[in-house]
Amino acid sequence: MSYNYTTLNGKKIRLKKSDLQLSLLTWLREERDLTGVKNGCGIGVCGACTVLLDQKPVRSCILKAEKIIDKEVLTIEGLSGKEGKLHPLQQSFIDAGAIQCGFCTPGMVLTAHALLLQNPSPTREEIRKALAGNLCRCTGYQQIIDAVEMGSRYYRKKGERK
Amino acid sequence: MKKLDREKEERKKAWRNDAFAKVTGRAKYTDDLKMTGMLHAVPVYTDEQHARIVKIDVSRARNRAGVVAVITAADIPGEKKYGQIIRDYPILAGDRIRSYGDVVAIVVARTRDEALAAGRHIRVRTKELPPIIDPEKALQPDSPLIHEEMESNQINHHRIRRGDLEKGERESDLVIEESFETGRIEHSYLEPESSLCWQRPDGVMEVYGSMQHPFSTRRFVAATLGVTLSGVEVRSVPMGGGFGGKDDTAAIVSARAALAARITGKPVKITYDREWSFRESYKRHAYKMQYRMGLKKNGKISFVECRIVADGGAYCSVTPWVTWRSTVQCCGPYSVPHVKCDTYGVYTNSVFTGAMRGFGSPQVCFASEQLIEIAAARLGISEIEMRRRNMLQQNSETITGQKLDNHKVSLGEVLDAVLKEIDYEAKRKKCSFGDGRKKEWYGIGLAMSYRGMSLGAEGVDMNSAIINVQNDGSVLLETAIHENGQGAETVMIKLLAEELGIKRERIRYRQPSTSNIPDGGTTVASRGTLMGGSAVVIAAAKLKNKIIKTLATVNRCPAKVIEFKGETIRIKGKSISFDEAVRTMFANQEYPYSFGVFQGPPVSWDEQSGKGNAYFTWVYGCQAVELKVIPETGKIVLLNMVAAHDVGKAVDLHMLMGQYYGGMAMGTGYALFEEWQPVKDSPFPLNFQHYRLPRSLDIPEMKGIVIENRDPLSPSGAKGIGEPTNELMAPAIANALYAATGKRLRILPLKLDGKKKDEL
Repeated sequence: MSYNYTTLNGKKIRLKKSDLQLSLLTWLREERDLTGVKNGCGIGVCGACTVLLDQKPVRSCILKAEKIIDKEVLTIEGLSGKEGKLHPLQQSFIDAGAIQCGFCTPGMVLTAHALLLQNPSPTREEIRKALAGNLCRCTGYQQIIDAVEMGSRYYRKKGERK
Repeated sequence: MKKLDREKEERKKAWRNDAFAKVTGRAKYTDDLKMTGMLHAVPVYTDEQHARIVKIDVSRARNRAGVVAVITAADIPGEKKYGQIIRDYPILAGDRIRSYGDVVAIVVARTRDEALAAGRHIRVRTKELPPIIDPEKALQPDSPLIHEEMESNQINHHRIRRGDLEKGERESDLVIEESFETGRIEHSYLEPESSLCWQRPDGVMEVYGSMQHPFSTRRFVAATLGVTLSGVEVRSVPMGGGFGGKDDTAAIVSARAALAARITGKPVKITYDREWSFRESYKRHAYKMQYRMGLKKNGKISFVECRIVADGGAYCSVTPWVTWRSTVQCCGPYSVPHVKCDTYGVYTNSVFTGAMRGFGSPQVCFASEQLIEIAAARLGISEIEMRRRNMLQQNSETITGQKLDNHKVSLGEVLDAVLKEIDYEAKRKKCSFGDGRKKEWYGIGLAMSYRGMSLGAEGVDMNSAIINVQNDGSVLLETAIHENGQGAETVMIKLLAEELGIKRERIRYRQPSTSNIPDGGTTVASRGTLMGGSAVVIAAAKLKNKIIKTLATVNRCPAKVIEFKGETIRIKGKSISFDEAVRTMFANQEYPYSFGVFQGPPVSWDEQSGKGNAYFTWVYGCQAVELKVIPETGKIVLLNMVAAHDVGKAVDLHMLMGQYYGGMAMGTGYALFEEWQPVKDSPFPLNFQHYRLPRSLDIPEMKGIVIENRDPLSPSGAKGIGEPTNELMAPAIANALYAATGKRLRILPLKLDGKKKDEL
């Protein structure tokens, strides 16, 4: 008998057979109690359900949980440090005033995190492109773009250290 | 209090009390909550738009796996219909379907999937009725009635009769006639409706839900259950946006969840799919507006006559209030000596319409701010000069006869600020006006408005705040304003910290409950900071006086020598800490507790003449936009947007800018993309794939300018901003598109591809 595993927020987890056909969104929210991932449309259009799969943004509402076998899943809960210390990108979302109702925030932060891992020096236009799949009805995006710009410093510094 | 030092404020990092919870995903919205034994409920719709219900057969659904209850109108113990103004909304439709959004039953089951599966087995036998879609037809005396108990399909008729229209006609050198249409749009808060209710052992129905008016939810729930207001307690939890949309609909969803909780005796959650939210929630009213404007050669407006018809859809909601604001603001921020305005709210079989950010102003701003430019062009006067000659000044009289003498009228100030920031005059010369030789057209345009703050003569306008200082010096604050995502709680904390001179870290905002703080009305109408913030300032002053009085008695000194300074209080030569002052209060049997009430200053309205002091204060604003158009494809690219508003006083620059940018972006969607109308294979858009919201690539960089003329009637000096930022983008873009293309577009959303009728 073989088992299926995934890595969720840095921890190796065994998937039950009944998990596999659930949407990743349902699995995270109902089976793992990770409610930071939100359901905004259920059809993969609004981006509120974004999580990272092997560092790439995916729409968890339209992805079956079986797609995460042997892959790494990162949710918003996994981005901050162990003692609740904020990731620098999360801090810049706060500092830039990029948070209003907060419903798009986890998806926005994770999408931006994926961008900055790939490109630590994006232009504002590149940030806009990267976030084009994530709807926000509150902010008009401007302070979110500011936050990503602000947060990019950390990724550049991290790159230098490597 | 000194004016905002913009550069200094910008360098400061933003702070809000709920940011940590939201950025870490820890914030618990309604659908994130669970209770022991909790059941799930879902709504059931029919395929009808207008029909008589012959029979609802729920027997098969009742026998499905997991089903605990199937509830129809017959099971409602209290009022079967409810509403904020007219009680015409059936919580569950029992005898008639009046729109696609009508719910005939709710299925309650152990799991959501079981409830959904069972819902498909409900059979509704109906007798189809012809739907009435066109408000003009609905207004005809021979039209069938949408609500049989009413005399007609007219919901309301507001009038303005100012001066003498015939005299205005005689004095006019030019009369222009124009028509404008605006579409129905969806709020599109990212979090769909959700409610979790349970019957507490003490008999109280407790409600957790996504809503911006906990007190209206309480009324809807109490009426549906047939219990007193004290028998329902609505608790605030984080909410994923509202924009005016989470009033009635949120209350209705909660009423259904509460009904299910009452009938089953278990906690019940209803969380809406986006499809249900789109289908059922009320929209912004679609308007048809006909204007006649008389002008003198010198550019002065001599009269305005207008007829405005608002499609209210199947139920009243707040249509009379929305259309009242349109009536009061129908001429834009201009002096007009003779006005005749008739505004009608009308029932149709479309989805009902209600409050949405702007509340009747985006529609009339779209008309009036184009009208003034059309007039200017006909008279050969520049569009800016035209505005200057007509705009309201200090001590001017509005079209409802209100003298603007109790605050600074700053239309010139906001206009100048925008003209300068965007370099309007120089850029206006570069506009293409549809020049056929160019491959790309450039345009710049602007719009301005005056907006009555808060509810005005719509209704009772007051709010309260409770400050409850604990024995250890920590402070609990609450107001009857709701955190919709805009940052209301943070604003209240900042105002209190400023008033008492204490650190904001001392203050915790207590998530309010309707059983604790008195009904302060709804968190809409840009009234949060104005009404709730003012109550905080008043409560803080009362608390300060109370502390001073106690300290004066204890120290046997006159009150006037006691001074609040930072976190310390100076008494004669010595200083004591805030904590020590609090300990002294308790030691002397005095609670450091205060309750502050802000009562909106008097307003008035006469329904027959349309005269009155409609709002106690006004916000003045101006917004401009630069854009380019690709003539071949009709593609519109926004380049830059600038806004200036006189907010009275800026409490928090970051959150203020959040309101600016968010309002401008939402206004852009209204201008260019959004339209809630039938799509292929469906009589309504089902989800975001059918309804285009502005995305990050659609919105250009924006600049917000803050004008601060403290409002003397507002204890904090602040006015409001949520809606002024939203009402101006559509006319500004329409005016810029005219400058780019030479075409006037009179229908929203604005389209250049020829798919919608547009006139030259």
